[in-house]
Parts: sequence; structure tokens; C-alpha cells
Amino acid sequence: MNVPLIVFFALAVIAVLGAISLILQKHPIHSALSLIVVMVALAGLYLLMGAEFVAAVQIIVYGGAIMVLFVFVIMLLNAGTEERTNFSSLAKFAGLPLAVALMGCLAAAVYSSNEQVQTVAQSGAPAPTKALSAQLFQEFVYPFELTSFLILVAIVGAMVLAQRDRKESHL
Amino acid sequence: MIDTLTQKLNEHWDLIISLVKIGLLVFIVLTVNAYLTWFERKVVAHMQSRWGPHRVGPHGLLQPAADGLKFLLKEDPTPNGVDKFTYYLAPLMALALALTSIAIIPFGPDPIVIFGHKVYLGIVDLNIGLLALFAITALSVYGVALAGWSSNSKYPLLGGLRSSAQMVSYELALTMSVVGVLLMAGSFSLRDIVNVQALHADRGIFGWNIFPQILGFLCFFTAAVAETNRVPFDLPEAESELVAGFHTEYSSFKFAMFFIAEYTSMITVSSLCAIMFFGGWLSPFPTTWTFTHYLPSLILIPFGLFVIWDGIRYETIFGRIILPGVGTVITILGALLIAFPIVNEFIQGPFWLLSKIFIFLFIYVWMRGTLPRFRYDQLMSFGWKLLLPVSLANVVITATVIMLRGH
Repeated sequence: MNVPLIVFFALAVIAVLGAISLILQKHPIHSALSLIVVMVALAGLYLLMGAEFVAAVQIIVYGGAIMVLFVFVIMLLNAGTEERTNFSSLAKFAGLPLAVALMGCLAAAVYSSNEQVQTVAQSGAPAPTKALSAQLFQEFVYPFELTSFLILVAIVGAMVLAQRDRKESHL
Repeated sequence: MIDTLTQKLNEHWDLIISLVKIGLLVFIVLTVNAYLTWFERKVVAHMQSRWGPHRVGPHGLLQPAADGLKFLLKEDPTPNGVDKFTYYLAPLMALALALTSIAIIPFGPDPIVIFGHKVYLGIVDLNIGLLALFAITALSVYGVALAGWSSNSKYPLLGGLRSSAQMVSYELALTMSVVGVLLMAGSFSLRDIVNVQALHADRGIFGWNIFPQILGFLCFFTAAVAETNRVPFDLPEAESELVAGFHTEYSSFKFAMFFIAEYTSMITVSSLCAIMFFGGWLSPFPTTWTFTHYLPSLILIPFGLFVIWDGIRYETIFGRIILPGVGTVITILGALLIAFPIVNEFIQGPFWLLSKIFIFLFIYVWMRGTLPRFRYDQLMSFGWKLLLPVSLANVVITATVIMLRGH
């Protein structure tokens, strides 16, 4: 076992444990904290693969901005401990088999692939940030701009919904 | 025996030197933090025509030690009904993230050579330095937000809510405001950002980023002050409205951890301002003016002499012994710098960087002494309606100019 592999498995275990804890925690804030752990562990995995930019953005956007909003909303609504409901029948009859099937598919894909599965950065790869920006802003510039446009539409939609609520309350 | 020891040392050199540097940096940062509280209390006091701390030690110089001792020895009660895990996690998180962020700052240009190994000032040089810093800042909001929530009390909860809303609002402007600097440097590495400003070393101060990036700097500094929860953006702990805000239910060393975290992030922000906009360790004078290299001695020797002169007239005997002693040490240090030109050359970089950091820390304290707190709606509209558009405009302007000039 070399060091990167050990780090990989450590981060993977942390990520999986965080995800399990996210489901099992009773309080929303604890669940949100577990999700942050997952995000940060994933960022560590990206870092291990040499994608520094993606790792940093993962923490800034997901670990930081988005999860702060989650935590903010949970705190604002003062959500209490959730009550345990019975396992929904949909999850029991469709969810579990589907989850197992997905796991099986992924395992089969990894197992049957001829290339060795990479857990660390390959030496000699181009500087990741530069390569990424070249891809984003040259090769995939139209999909990139379209995605931005989609997000803009979503923002405007959210604004419209919020404004409509306000108008009604004024009446 | 010696040979194997040397061999082992060479093998694990990087690890050992990193550990030593980390230990040293933590020690220095904590000491500077302690004296920053003294400095802040003293400066604010003089701004308000008061004396500030002056009982413990000459000029109150031992006040930080007394405060530290108090924090360590005070009873540390845990209020009923707190969410224990989060309550203990929050101060740890705040402190750990604040201390981590300062590890990314490079403190000088030239490496010291020890046993044939180059040792750079600063713990790590990441090629995503600035991004990594923003990542750490992005996480540090949880310290405050979780402290507020886990205390299970209304004022801390309000403080935590304000803090998270404020962080989300200002983080965007903070990130956008440095894009201009990044465009000019073409790199996320803090060392590269300074090196780009060194390209026009003959121009001295006019080669720095502050002139083309004045908008970026103003946005960055404002947003950074908001991120560190300092006056005039200290709404999360507004004492006139929220008792003490997010740390109302904390006492003893857990409170001290928030305190240290806040002061450490002040140092980080000051270093960032100095590095990104004010040329980092570059001298403000053109490189041809070699006589300015005696400036550290020129400051140290008169300061040392002043401390001696002040000390022999001090009212307590303790002060009459300590202050002249300190003054003598400072004077001798200044004289030694003239005697050893190699050392003098080496400390030029750190001297300028530390001076700039000190100036920004002073500005922090100055604002604390003079500015009133924002009202909450003012805070929000200022962040979203002014800072964000201005920093976006700065990005557009910088990008256009760089494109037109073609590099």
C-alpha cells in the first residue's frame, strides 16, 4: 500500500461514513454537517487526483455557499428533531432493489474496464486549471453559456415567485 | 551514529522542517494575537481620550498574559440544553480554520539555506493559494453559525443567523473583487501575484496592483472586513442589540478560541491585502535606491532609544528595569542590521511585508475606534447593490484592458 492509496481509502471511508450519518442523524443540522463532511472528503479525493481547481471550487461552492444556505434555512425555520416515520413502501419495494442494482452496475463497469482505475494524478498531465479553463471557454463554450443562462432563468423564476407572494400579502 | 542521524534528517527533511515551521508560526501568530488585543485596546483608548490597560506591567504590556491566564483558569460551564457536540465543535472549527488559512501566506521572497536545504518563509506554497484561502474562509462561517445555533438561546441564534446571511452576501463580492488581480497575474499562487508586481521593480510603488486595481482593493477590503465580522460589520456580535451575539453562551477558553480566530483572520486579511494589492514584500522605492535598505535600522534604533528614554522615567521600578532593557535590545538589533549587510538584505522583504500588514491591522483598529455599526438592511443593500456590481464592473474593465493590450 502506498501513501496515496491509503489517503484515498481514508477519504473514501470518511465520505461514505458521512453519507450514512447524513441519513441516520435525527436533527437536520447534524445531517447538514454530515453533508459538509461528505463534500470536503470529496474535495480531498479531487485533490488527490490532481484537480486542485475542482477541489477548491467544490469546497467554496458546495461546502461553503450552498451548505451555508442550507444551515441558514434550517436555523431560520428552527427545524426541530424529525420524527421517525415508517419506512415508505415505495422505498422498500422499489428503492432498495434499485440501489442494489445500481451498485451492481457500477461494480461491473469498474470490474470489466480494461484500464486500471486511477486514484491519483497521472504524472505529466497538463496544468489542471489551465486545461480546465481551455476546455470550458473554448471547446465547450456554448454548453457552458447555456448552463449559465439556465441558472439565470432559475434565479429570475425564483425572484418572480417571491415577488408574487409579496404582492398578495399587500392586498 | 552521526552519519545515520544526518541521513535520517535528510530523508525526512521536508517533514521535519514543515513541523518546525508550523510550530513556530502557531507560536508567533498566537503571540501576535495577544499583543494585537493590547494594541487594539490601547489605540482605541487613546482615540477616546482614555488610558487603556496600564496596570499590569509597564504600559499594560503584560495585560495579554493576564488575560490569557484568566481564560485558561476560569470555570468553563456548559449551559443546559445546548447541543453538546456542535457546541464543542464550533469554537474548535473557528480556531482551526483561522490558523490553517495563515499557513498559505508566504512571508518573504528569499529562502533561507539551512544545511544545504532551501527553506522558504511560509508553510506551503500552493499553486491554488488564493482559492485554497477562499475555501477555508468559506468553511469558517460554520464556526460562528453553529456556535449561535448550538447555544440554544435566542441572542446567539440571531447572531448565528446574521453571520451566515452576511457571509453568503459578502463572499460573492469578496471573490469577484480579486478576479482583476488574478487576471493580471495569470495565476492563483500568492508568490506569483507578488512576482508579477515585481516586474516593474524600477517603478517602486507605481508597479503595485493597487493603482490598476483600486476598485478591486476597495471592494476586497470592505468585503473582507465583513467576512471577519469586524466593525462596522460586526452585526453577529452587536453588543448593544444581541448581548454578545453568537458567543453569548461561551466563556473561558472556548470564548478565547473565537477571539483568537477573529484576530487571526484579521492578520490573514491584512496579509492578503498587502500581498495582492500592495506588492507584498516589495519595497515602495525603486530598486536603485539602495540607501532605503537602512530603513529598518533607522526605525529600530530611534524607537529603541525612545523606549529607553521613556523607561528610565517610568513610575514603577519594574518598568524602570524592563523598558530600558527592551529598548536596549531593540537598539542593538538595529545596530546589528547595519553591521551585517547580508542579514539586512535578507530582512528587507519580510520587513516591508510585516510593515504593510501592521498598517492594515492599524486600519482595522482605527475603524473599530471611529465607525458606527451598519443597520442590518443597510448591510444587505450595501453588499448586494453596491459591492457586487462594482466588483463585477472591475472584472469587466480589467479583462477589457488586458485584452486590448494583448497580454
